[in-house]
Order: sequence, then structure tokens, then C-alpha cells
Amino acid sequence: MTKLYELTAHELAQKLAQNEISSIEATQACLERIEATNNLGAYLHVDSVGALALAKASDERRRANNTNGPLDGVPMALKDIFLTEGMPTTCGSKILAGFKPPYNGTVVQKLKDAGVVLLGKLNMDEFAMGSSNEYSGFTPARNPWDPERVPGGSSGGCAIAVAAGLAFATLGTDTGGSIRQPAALCGVVGLKPTYSRVSRFGVIAYASSLDQVGPLTKDVTDCAQVLQVIAGHDPHDSTSADVAVPDYTKDIEQGVSGLRLGIPKEYFAPGIDAQVRAAVEAAIKTYEQLGAKISEISLPHTDYAIAAYYLVATAEASSNLARYDGVRYGPRRDPGLGLNEMYDDTRSQFGSEVKRRIMLGTYALSAGYYDAYYGKAQKVRTLVQRDFANAFAQCDALITPTSPSPAFKLGENVSDPIKMYLADVFTVSVNMAGLPGISLPCGFTKDGLPIGIQLIAAPMAEALLLRTARAYEREHKWHLQRPAL
Amino acid sequence: MTRYEPVIGLEVHAQLRTQSKLFCSCSTAFGADVNLHTCAVCLGMPGVLPVLNRHAVDLAIRAGLGLGCTIHPRSQWSRKNYFYPDLPKGYQISQYDQPIATDGQLIVEVDGATSTVRIMRIHMEEDAAKNVHDDLIAGNRSYVDFNRGGTPLVEIVSQPDIRSAAQAAAYMKTLRQILRYLGVCDGNMEEGSLRCDANVSIRPVGETKLGTRTELKNINSFRFVQQAIEYEIERQKEVLASGGTIVQETRLWDTQAKVTRSMRSKEEAHDYRYFPDPDLPNLVLEPSYIENIRTELPELPAAKLKRYTTELGLSNYDANILTEDAEIALFFEKALAVFKKPKAIANWVINEVLRKLKTQNDDTAAAATLTDAYAQQIGELVELVEDNIISGKIAKDIFADLKAGDSPKRIVDEHGLKQVSDVGSIEPLIDEVLAKNPESVAKYKAGRTNMLGFFVGQVMKQTGGKANPKLVNELIQKKLS
Repeated sequence: MTKLYELTAHELAQKLAQNEISSIEATQACLERIEATNNLGAYLHVDSVGALALAKASDERRRANNTNGPLDGVPMALKDIFLTEGMPTTCGSKILAGFKPPYNGTVVQKLKDAGVVLLGKLNMDEFAMGSSNEYSGFTPARNPWDPERVPGGSSGGCAIAVAAGLAFATLGTDTGGSIRQPAALCGVVGLKPTYSRVSRFGVIAYASSLDQVGPLTKDVTDCAQVLQVIAGHDPHDSTSADVAVPDYTKDIEQGVSGLRLGIPKEYFAPGIDAQVRAAVEAAIKTYEQLGAKISEISLPHTDYAIAAYYLVATAEASSNLARYDGVRYGPRRDPGLGLNEMYDDTRSQFGSEVKRRIMLGTYALSAGYYDAYYGKAQKVRTLVQRDFANAFAQCDALITPTSPSPAFKLGENVSDPIKMYLADVFTVSVNMAGLPGISLPCGFTKDGLPIGIQLIAAPMAEALLLRTARAYEREHKWHLQRPAL
Repeated sequence: MTRYEPVIGLEVHAQLRTQSKLFCSCSTAFGADVNLHTCAVCLGMPGVLPVLNRHAVDLAIRAGLGLGCTIHPRSQWSRKNYFYPDLPKGYQISQYDQPIATDGQLIVEVDGATSTVRIMRIHMEEDAAKNVHDDLIAGNRSYVDFNRGGTPLVEIVSQPDIRSAAQAAAYMKTLRQILRYLGVCDGNMEEGSLRCDANVSIRPVGETKLGTRTELKNINSFRFVQQAIEYEIERQKEVLASGGTIVQETRLWDTQAKVTRSMRSKEEAHDYRYFPDPDLPNLVLEPSYIENIRTELPELPAAKLKRYTTELGLSNYDANILTEDAEIALFFEKALAVFKKPKAIANWVINEVLRKLKTQNDDTAAAATLTDAYAQQIGELVELVEDNIISGKIAKDIFADLKAGDSPKRIVDEHGLKQVSDVGSIEPLIDEVLAKNPESVAKYKAGRTNMLGFFVGQVMKQTGGKANPKLVNELIQKKLS
């Protein structure tokens, strides 16, 4: 029998609507599960008192026939990158230890307004910099399918929480693959919407021109429902698109018959794990059987995307992270120091990966190097965008692997930053081009590790992406498998 | 001995007259309690994003148009990165290689000679906060007041066209006058609304290459601009004369000692690592939007001066005084709208109104009193005098006691202050005065014609100032002839 915490969010919503389950029961199930899986390191902060109060309020609204929509009473959790008023927000960094924000981010407020029960904050790589969650400033997180392996990053905590039933859905952020890659490694669905589709206000910035908020969920329908709540224009975010939000669930069951799906040949180069390749190729076959027209296409600048990405992302990060100076918030260890010593001391609390990226970005922007690095990277970015524009003139969506390999072992890549950076090789181009991309389970390795497939669409084509993902999900039951814990 | 020529360029920071900050809705009011006007955005809290204040953009466009600049339909926000406690985000949002306006000019007059100073660029940026160093509390601590942080500024950068300290001061004054006319900046230098950095170098006369410059930072008065530049020119001459070389550095004007002092050398200057701010889209302005603002521009001081002398027939002297300040010119024009005799209105505004304001000795109080209602009162008053309804003496009495809400016409009616101009009622009074002062009459007749004023004064006294003095004058002369 399916355990309560194994339900999808929309299944739970149904049971809440039919009064089979109360929000308090669902919340308690999650809290117990969180307690039982403490070893995974998914959560950085659990607010059981607050969550139960929200659940109680939701149950009361339901009794009064006054609910706030399909997510009312559904327990969710957030990557610790989202500003939550009065609730600790650290972005996985010691530099923000003890920080309680004075305001809610826009998406947090939207979830609250939708009646969501907020369980707490999820582990992540410090300032969202990492592909394994080993760079968390507090504790590395573990993959629920094999605790010796990484969950992926930087939204590793989010993927674990969904896969292991520690929350019914979560919100993460994706700068170069940080939603899709951990979703693939943990066997859940993860969507990075179009850049500007979801507000970034109240989301701690890593690389402003690349960051985007998105859901990690148990299935595609959940993904659509959460996106429905968080998408839309925000006057507090000048980069947010003032475009109407469509109904993301309306056409979700429509199938892919007649859709043109492109296979970018550059994404199937040597270096990709054989089992991953086989699973993705099988998925492509499924699409063909479902009536999609498959064709090979080319994204010729793919090779340059990752190098350009690490220049753009680190340059922006070096500037975005300058505010963590210990002057206004966060720990300051010795107030008796002089100004430069105080800066040094405060900023020495950044972890090694964050320091590495700040140094890289500072160098890329410095006088005399700007044109050679940052300027050149922006040009590559334009070429990558053009590649995709050409591709979408020929097809409706693209299919690629999400990650070149299944979850790797903790410590395996930590000593080799470049190898770690390549974990995002299939996802970064999508951020460089600002496109929507989704990862969904498409199989398991013989060791029982999840494999993900990535679908990419044109800007604002989330509805098409969800419909395409859902068509596959209906055929296979990968997403119903749960890790044995 | 080598003769040197100074080469000076000014970078003027002007605070835009907005109610709220450049990227958030916090107030820009001056003088509030420490850190009262702050929010998550202007404190640079994690997760915040800037949202542009369109009114600040409008004002920057006005400034650009008023200074003859080209307004660019597309400009860009950049980040200027450096660490300082008064800079909460660790970068300042500014405009760098794509500013909102470029290529303007300003006509400057020094001792009757006019010259043109080209304006290189005008860009928008947010102000930094203020460090407060307090040795008294807990010893040697520093604090930051973020009230000013995020206030909108324009930086107006001139070409190095200025050749003397006096010209630099005149440039500042003219710039302030125009910005105030445009309503772009209140020009209040004590509150830091207008401040300037001066780049000063010297070169042998005839040389075309620029010499090594020093930058004089944060000068906040016309006097200091002139003094600091004068000092710096002399200092540089002495350095060169004694065989030394000028070091490129930032210097401060010590207002007490009246010297410039080295603040930091450019060798340790920051690499600001400018790059386009990814949180803000490019500032795109429709040409029609810019043109709309152009049509709303007020008449600027130079044009006003010309119109006052040619169309209104005022003297150069009067026109200069009236156009010096936008508020005064506007006040004059409003009074003139009530009663259309330019010279008479000008005389009253200059001799009475401005004198009264000067005794208040406070620019802001003055501006507050130059209301539309006050202009209406002055217009009425001048009309009453010019139409011979009241005497100048009565008019000055009314003016001295004028309160808000008073109507001079009503005061004259209610207090019966109308001038007496009928011969029948004045003649007996004259006879009475002459009869009472036979000795004075004798003196007058003996040739002391200046006694006339005495007789007139006596008659005026009798009538409480209401008699028409011109008529009294004529009648007395007739009687004594």
C-alpha cells in the first residue's frame, strides 16, 4: 500500500479535497519521515511548529469551504536560497549563519498565499555553487538511492526531499542545471522555467542573468501545478516578463503525436555513460512510437557553452557576493578589528568553491581582461542562443540526457573542479539561452541509480514541455519507483 | 621662466529632486533620523532587486536637454564594484560606457567675457551611504547611516575646457542655476545636493598635450571651488618650478588650512570591474518620450534674460537680478500677469520683495514665501500705486504688514487708504500749513526752495499719507509763486 508521504502532491490534494486526509496528518507524515531520514542531510532547518500551525489553518479553511487553490494544505519545502521572513536562511553558507530575513521572497509569498504548508529549508551547495551538494557549508547531503553517492547539486536537498517523501514538492533554483541535474540523479521531475518567467525577488543571487526558480516534484502534473502558482510578472523584479500565465495543466494529456522532436548530435558525444545513453535512446524510441517526428539537429557551439558559462556565472557571482561583508548582517567574529581585517575575517568564512568562483569572476572582469573573458563569453552566449533559435525553427522540443553520468560517489570529483564542472555539461546551454528545460526519470542503471532525460523548448513554451514530458511519463512508471530507505 | 596654463575639467554630482530613491521607494528627505529611510533593497539585503524610479529618469533627461545634450534612446546600467562600508551591495549601480546623455555645452560668463564649456556626458547613478565616525561612543567605532544610500544622482562631466578657477566657479554657478530652473536639483550645496570633483593640471602655454592631473574631491561650495583650484594651480606651478613632477592623485581641500592635501594616490586606485548590471534591463526611451519632455522644458535663464531686456524693456541690471534664480523669475512673471507694467513690477520685486527676503537670509524660507498668492498681492499693490489709487508711502506700509490671505485692494477699501486727489479738500490743508509756518514761507520766498519738501511733508502728515504728493507739490508751488 502506498504510504501517505509517497503520494504525489495532486493525489494528496485530491484526498484533502475529499476529506480523506487532513493537512495536519500529511504534515506529520512528512515531519516523521524527515526525522527518520536525518542521515540524508536533506534539511538545514525544519520548522515543525510553524508547519503544523499552517496545516491547522489550512484544515480550518477547508472546513469553512474557503480553500486557496489546489496546493492549499500541501506540505512543501524550499531550497535554503529563498528568503523566508523570520525563518533562518543561509544559502548553505556559514556567512549567513543565524540570518533571519525581514521579508518573504515573491515566490515564497505566492506559495503562502496558495495555502502551502512550509516545512523548512533544504540543503544546497553554498550559494548554489556546485553539482553534488558536497559544497554545502554545513553538511553534504546524500542520495536516497545510495547514501554513498551524491544527490547532485546545487538543489540536492530539494531532490532528496521529493524522492524520499520528505516534502510533497519543493522549489529549487537552476543557474546551470541545479534543478535538472539533481532531479535526474535522484529520480524526480525538475523544471527550469524560461528566464524571467518566475520572479527572482527574494532569491539569493548567484548569477543574476542565469538564475531561475523552478519546482522539483514527484511527477509532471505536480510540476505543472506548482509552476502555475509561482509563474508570472513581478513588479519587484525588473527582469521578470510581463506576459500572461497560461493554464499549464489544460493540454498536459494531449500527447506528442505530430510533434517534431530534435536530437542534438553534440549531446551524444563520447564521454557519456553507456547506460545513460542507452536509457535516453530508449526514451527517444518511445517518443517515436507515440507519434513524434524525430530528427537529428545540430547545436554547433555546445562545446564552448560550458567555458563561457563559467565565465559569466563567476563574474556575476563575484559582484553579487560582495555584499556579504559582515557590515549589516551575518556573523562578524571580531568587531575590534580594523576595516580590512574585518572584511578579510568575515569573508574567510566562504567555503573553498565559493572562493574559487569569486576569484575566477573577479579576474574575468578585471581591467585588461574583460574583453578577453567576460566580453568573449557574452559573444559565445549569443551564438548559443542563435543555435537554439535555429533548432526551434525546425522542431518543437529537443531531447538530451540531463547528466552525462548517474550519481557519482561522495568525494569522487571534489578534488577535480573541472571534472565537477562537467557534471553540468548538458544543462548549462539552456541557462545561457534562457530557455525552459525539464528533467524527468527515464530509467535506472543496473545498480539501481536513476537516469534522467532532458527536454528543452523555446522561450515561454513550458506548457509544451510539460505536455511532452507527461506523454512519456504515461508510458513508463519510472517516476513511481521509490528508494528503499 | 615658463608660463603655464591651467586645464580644468569638472565632474559635478547633482541629486535629482525625486521623492524616493533610484531603485526603491524609500524617501529621499534630508535630515531624517539615522537609518530611518531604509529598506531591504537599499540596505542590499540578500535576494533584493532594483526597480528603476522613472521620475529620476525624466529628471535626468531634463538635465540633459537643458544642457544641450543628445539623449540616447538606449543606455545601460553597470555595476561599479568596490568594497566600502557605505556601499551596501559592494557595488554602485551607475552608467558606464552607455550613459543617458552626451555632448552638451554650457555658456559661462566671467567679467563680461563669455566662453563655452563642453559637456562630455551625463550619467545616472545611485549615491552611497554615509560613514559616521564616532570617537566618543565606546571609543573609536564607526557607524553607517544608509539614509542617503540609493539617492538618485546625475554626474555631469565637462570636457577639460576650463582655464581658470574663476571660470570653474562660474561654471558651477551657471550649472546650478540651470538645474534649479529645470527643477532637476535643488542645488542645496550645504546638504550635499550639488558637489563637485575638479580635475586640475597645468601645461606650458602653447602645449597641446595634457599635463598630469590631480583630482580635488567633494567640493561643496562655489568659494571652495575657486579657492581649491587656485591653490592647486599655484602648488603645481611650484612643484614644476622646483624641478619636481606632478603625481596623479586624489586631493582634498582643507577648508581650515586653505590647502589641498593628498588623499590617496592613483596607484592604489581601485579596479572597479565595471560590467552591465544583469538585474536591470537596458534603459530604452522612445524618441517621442524624449520629445515630450523637451516640450515641457521651461525657458532657461539666458533666454529669459534676453526676453526681459528686449520684449519687456528692462535694464540689463534688473533682468540679471530677476533671472538669477528660477523662483524669483517665476515670481516676477506671476506678479506681471496680475499687472502688466514690467518696470514697475520689476522695481517692486527687486527693491521690496528681494530686500525683505535677504533679511530672512535663508534660501529655503525665501522659496517658501515666493508663493503664487504673494505674487498676486504684489501685482495688486503695484497696480494700486501705478493707478494713483494709493501713494507709494501707503503701499510700503501695506507691504510691510502684508500677511497671507490679505488682499491689498481690500485693505485699501476697508481702511480708507485711497489717495486724496481732489483739490477742494487739499487746498484748505495747504493754507493751514502755510499759515502756521510764516517763517518758513518767508525763507522759501527768499530763495530756499528746498523748503518745499517740508511743506509737502506737513500736508502729507495731516492726511495720514493719503494726499496725492504730486498734486500737493503742484498746489504748494502755485500758492507760493
